[in-house]
Amino acid sequence: MSEEVKQREPLFSPKNKKLIFNPLSRENPITVQVLGICSALAVTAKLEPAFVMSLSVLVVLTAANVIISLLRNTIPTRIRIIVQLVIIASLVILVDQVLKAFAYDVSKQLSVFVGLIITNCIIMGRLEAFAMGNKPWPAFLDGIGNALGYGWILLTVAFFRELLGSGTIWNYPVMENLGLYEFGYKNNGFMILPPMALIVVGIIIWIQRSRDKELVEEN
Amino acid sequence: MFSNRYIFIYASVMVIVVAAILSSAATYLKPFQEKNVRTEKIMDILKSVNIEAEKAEADTLYNKYIVEELALNTDGEATSIYKDQNFEKGDIRPFEIKLKSEIKKKEFLDAGKEAEEPNFPLYICNKDGETYYIIPLRGKGLWGPIWGNIALKQDMKTVYGVTFGHKGETPGLGAEISTTDFQKQFVGKTIFDDNYKFTSVKVVKGGIGTMPANQQIHGVDAVSGGTITSDAVSDMIADCLINYEEYIKKQIK
Repeated sequence: MSEEVKQREPLFSPKNKKLIFNPLSRENPITVQVLGICSALAVTAKLEPAFVMSLSVLVVLTAANVIISLLRNTIPTRIRIIVQLVIIASLVILVDQVLKAFAYDVSKQLSVFVGLIITNCIIMGRLEAFAMGNKPWPAFLDGIGNALGYGWILLTVAFFRELLGSGTIWNYPVMENLGLYEFGYKNNGFMILPPMALIVVGIIIWIQRSRDKELVEEN
Repeated sequence: MFSNRYIFIYASVMVIVVAAILSSAATYLKPFQEKNVRTEKIMDILKSVNIEAEKAEADTLYNKYIVEELALNTDGEATSIYKDQNFEKGDIRPFEIKLKSEIKKKEFLDAGKEAEEPNFPLYICNKDGETYYIIPLRGKGLWGPIWGNIALKQDMKTVYGVTFGHKGETPGLGAEISTTDFQKQFVGKTIFDDNYKFTSVKVVKGGIGTMPANQQIHGVDAVSGGTITSDAVSDMIADCLINYEEYIKKQIK
């Protein structure tokens, strides 16, 4: 991933497409690199906060990737981590402020986790591993790809936790409308608690590895 | 390689640019954020008298149902009266009073230090011909502030409804205070006994079954596993309501 992208290559060359699609599966930040787990456990009890969290990470990661990539030749190596942190932190504060102004309810649900995007390893990892050595366009695609890879796992986990834990999908009462409660069906309160997110992520990893043998370690 | 000089200049310029961007964003977004906080306060007040307001209609419903706002001093006298969008007395709108600083003033006075006279807000609501008195609450939970509103019926001792909110109580334990199941226990409880002696409503660990039968009207069941938060709710209700005791006694006579 670190080789220089040659000039005048098409915008969506095979190499660039890989930047978007690899993080969705084979290089997924959550299921393969096991980064950003904290937030995946914390905000996935319902779909709505999970979606807003994914969107926030998408904005922060893509913007930080592009900014760092634009500045990459001016950033003094000795303070590069500080520069990266300052840029991530400022973007996160901006996102937090915008959420407080225009999506107040969701921002209350996410509470500290928006602020904790700063410490999300995925973002620092991408900046350090990719944006510091690549041009803005690939960095942009890399940001989108990794954020989507993070996002779809979050949304999948949230879907099952909300459906089984609260009996709703995006606050729409599915189970009630199906009339399952009349047959004695009960929501599983355990699904709402963080440990179940870990188990659901584990199941996703299991399914992924059983389908893609290359991900399985030797020993 | 970059020289030290370059690094210092780079860092300083970066910090200044970032500070400028963030402060202008904060200034621009502030009115929107304040409006959200205000709307939430209104919705909470209305919720304590069982009026579920949508965001868009919160202001209209507030003006329709809340007929009077009072600011009371500890002697039970109104220092400000705000009615029909006009001041009948005083010039501080009770809605704008920050309960946190008023409680702090009172703590200072109680500790024998100097402080201004605190003013406590009271909202008078008229719904379907009935009058309700809404008292805002604020206290300290286990991890951070907790707050709420308590609505009293016309006799000023029977609880009509409550709402509680919290900043960061433990999910599943202390955080249960913001669920309807916990809050509806308060309905019909009384904060005074028959002789109008202040009793508050206590949140009782082990359940109200442990109280003497004639006291059970002044208690509700605590949250299992959330003892500290439950005690905090007890304290908050007692500490806040006692400020209104004088006023209520005057009204009842």
